[in-house]
Amino acid sequence: MKKFKYVITDPEGIHARPAGMLVKAAKGFTCDIKIAKDGKAMSGKAIFGVMGLAVKKGEEVTLTFDGADEEAACEAIRKFMQENL
Amino acid sequence: MNTYFGKSVFGGIAIGRIRVYKKSEQQVKRVKISDPDAEMMRFQLAKTVAMKQLQELYEKALREVGEANAAIFEVHQMMLDDSDYNDSIENIVRSQEVNVEYAVATTGDNFAQMFAAMDDDYMRERAADVKDISERLLRTLSGRGGESADTREPAIIVADDLAPSETVQLDKDLVLSFVTVHGSLNSHTAILARTMAIPALVGTLLSLEDELDGKLGIVDGGNGVFYVNPDEETLAAMQKLQQEEQEKKELLQTLRGKENVTLDGQKLMLYANIGNIKDLAAVLKNDAGGIGLFRSEFIYLEKDHYPTEEEQFQIYKQVAQVMAGKRVIIRTLDIGADKQCDYFELEHEENPALGYRAIRICLTRPEVFRTQLRALFRASVFGKIAIMYPMITSIREIKRIQEVAVSVKEELTEQGIAFGEPEQGIMIETPAAALISEELAKEVDFFSIGTNDLTQYTLAIDRQNTKLDEFYDPHHPAILRMISMVVENAHKAGIWAGICGELGADTSLTREFLAMGVDELSVSPGSILPIRKLVLETNVEEYKAGK
Repeated sequence: MKKFKYVITDPEGIHARPAGMLVKAAKGFTCDIKIAKDGKAMSGKAIFGVMGLAVKKGEEVTLTFDGADEEAACEAIRKFMQENL
Repeated sequence: MNTYFGKSVFGGIAIGRIRVYKKSEQQVKRVKISDPDAEMMRFQLAKTVAMKQLQELYEKALREVGEANAAIFEVHQMMLDDSDYNDSIENIVRSQEVNVEYAVATTGDNFAQMFAAMDDDYMRERAADVKDISERLLRTLSGRGGESADTREPAIIVADDLAPSETVQLDKDLVLSFVTVHGSLNSHTAILARTMAIPALVGTLLSLEDELDGKLGIVDGGNGVFYVNPDEETLAAMQKLQQEEQEKKELLQTLRGKENVTLDGQKLMLYANIGNIKDLAAVLKNDAGGIGLFRSEFIYLEKDHYPTEEEQFQIYKQVAQVMAGKRVIIRTLDIGADKQCDYFELEHEENPALGYRAIRICLTRPEVFRTQLRALFRASVFGKIAIMYPMITSIREIKRIQEVAVSVKEELTEQGIAFGEPEQGIMIETPAAALISEELAKEVDFFSIGTNDLTQYTLAIDRQNTKLDEFYDPHHPAILRMISMVVENAHKAGIWAGICGELGADTSLTREFLAMGVDELSVSPGSILPIRKLVLETNVEEYKAGK
C-alpha cells in the first residue's frame, strides 16, 4: 500500500470541478484509491464521496493506494494534486 | 378560451405559443414490481441516454462558452456514474421491489439532503446538481425527452418565478412575454421585462398544472390579462390592438434625434439602464443620451469564477467605444441580498437586504474591488466612463473608496499602464445617504438616486414580498421629499443629480421631477422616447404655478 498526505492550497478547496478531475484521474487506475479527511475515508473514484468530504483550503487529506498499479497511481495523483489543488 | 389575471409589469400585446418553464419537480409514485432485473434494465437504458445528453451538452457548452463553463456537465456525468449513487438505486429496487423511478427519486433526495446539510455554502448549492441529474433520469424514464421543450421559436414564457440566473440564460430573442405565478412588481423578471420593453405579468392566478405548454396565448400587458386558446373574436381584437401599439411605437420613433428640452427651455439628460452588453442595441435604437446605469454584477453572475481584470476591461472598453463619447456610468459590483453568486461564498443571512452586499463586499474584499477598478480606469481611455458606487451610507466609506482609487491609479502609473480619469459618483439609495447628501455632495462628482432600494429602506418594505404590494406606495411623500432634498443638495455643491431607479420611468412623475430640478433620468431603453415626448410638451414654470 502507498499513501501520501497533502494540504490543499487552492482557495476554493476541492470544489465540483477539481473533484471531477480527481475522480477522472483516479478511475484510470485499477487499484483501490481512498481519500480521507479527519479520519473519514471515501472512495477516490466516486465524485459524491470526494465532494462529500467538503475539503477546504488549508485542510489536509490523506490519499491511500492499494492494488497492482498503486505505485503509478500514487505518483500520478500526487502530481495531479500539486498541479491542481 | 381561458382567461387569467395578473399584475401588469409592462404594457403591450404579445401573441404567440406558450412555453411553460418548469423547474421540473415531478411527482413520482411508488409502485410494486415483480421483475427487478427488467426494472434495472430500464435504469441502465435511461442512464445511457442521460449520459449521451450530458456529453452533447458538454460539447455544445465547450464550443459556445469554453471549458470552464462546460465542466459542470462532465461533473454531472460523473455523478450519474457514481458507484454510491448507482448502488443506492439498485438496492432500493431490489430490496423493496419497487419501480426504478421511485428508487431514483429517493436516492436523489437522500444525496441532495446530504449536500444540503453540509457546513459550506458552496457544497449546499450542489444539492441542486444532484436534483438535476436525478430529474434528468426521471425525464428519460418517463420518455419525456431531454431538455425542456425549447421550440426555438419566440414564445410567451410562463413560469412559477424566474431566478436571476435563469433569466440570464434565456435567449432574449425567443421571449415575447413573461407571465409568472409568483414574483412581485420589483422582482428580477419584472425588471428584465421592462428592460426588454416586452409585455409581462406577475402574480398571475394560474396553475402550471393547467397544461398550457404549446397552446396559443395572448398577453395584454396593459390590462393585466392572459388569454389561453383565445376565441377568434378576442384574437382579432388583440391583433388590432397590437397593430395600433406598433403604430404608436413608430410615431415615438419620430422623436429620435430630438433634444430633451421643455417648452420653457429646461434640459434633461435621458440615459438608459442596462444589465448586459447585449442591451446596447436597444440603447442605440431608443436614442439614449448615454448609459445611466450599467449593472456590472451581471458580468459576475454569468460566470463561475471571479471575472478577471482583462475580461472586465474588454467589456467596459466595448461599451465605452460603442457609446462613442457619450457618458457611460458603470456601477461597481452590487452583489448580495437577492443577487447571489456561488463563488463569492457569501454566508446565508437572515436579513440580506440589510447585510453583506455591494460596497460592503468591495471594501472588505479589496482584491475583488481593485480588479474591477483597474479594469474601469483602464477602459476610461476609450470613452467617457463614469464610476458609480452603490449602497453608500457614510463619508467614511467614500474616503476609503477614494484611498483605494488613488492607490489603484498609482499602481497603474508604476506599471506604465494607460488609464483615464473617470468621473466618480455615488448612488443615493439609503435614507442615511439622502439625509447627509449635503456633505456627500462635496466629495463626489454626481449623485444617482436608486429609488428601488431607497423606497424599500425608507418604507421598510421588502420588495421581494408580493404580499406587501398593497402597502408599497412608490409615490410616498417621504420618497419624493428625499429626492427633492438630494437634488437641492447636489446643486448647492455644483454637481448633478439623477434618478436611476424604477421611479425614473414613471411618467406620472416626470413633470414633478423636472420641477424638482432633476438633471438626469436613467430608465430602461424602451421608456426613453415616451419620456422625451412628455418633456417636449411640458412647461415647467406653468406646471409649478398650477400646483
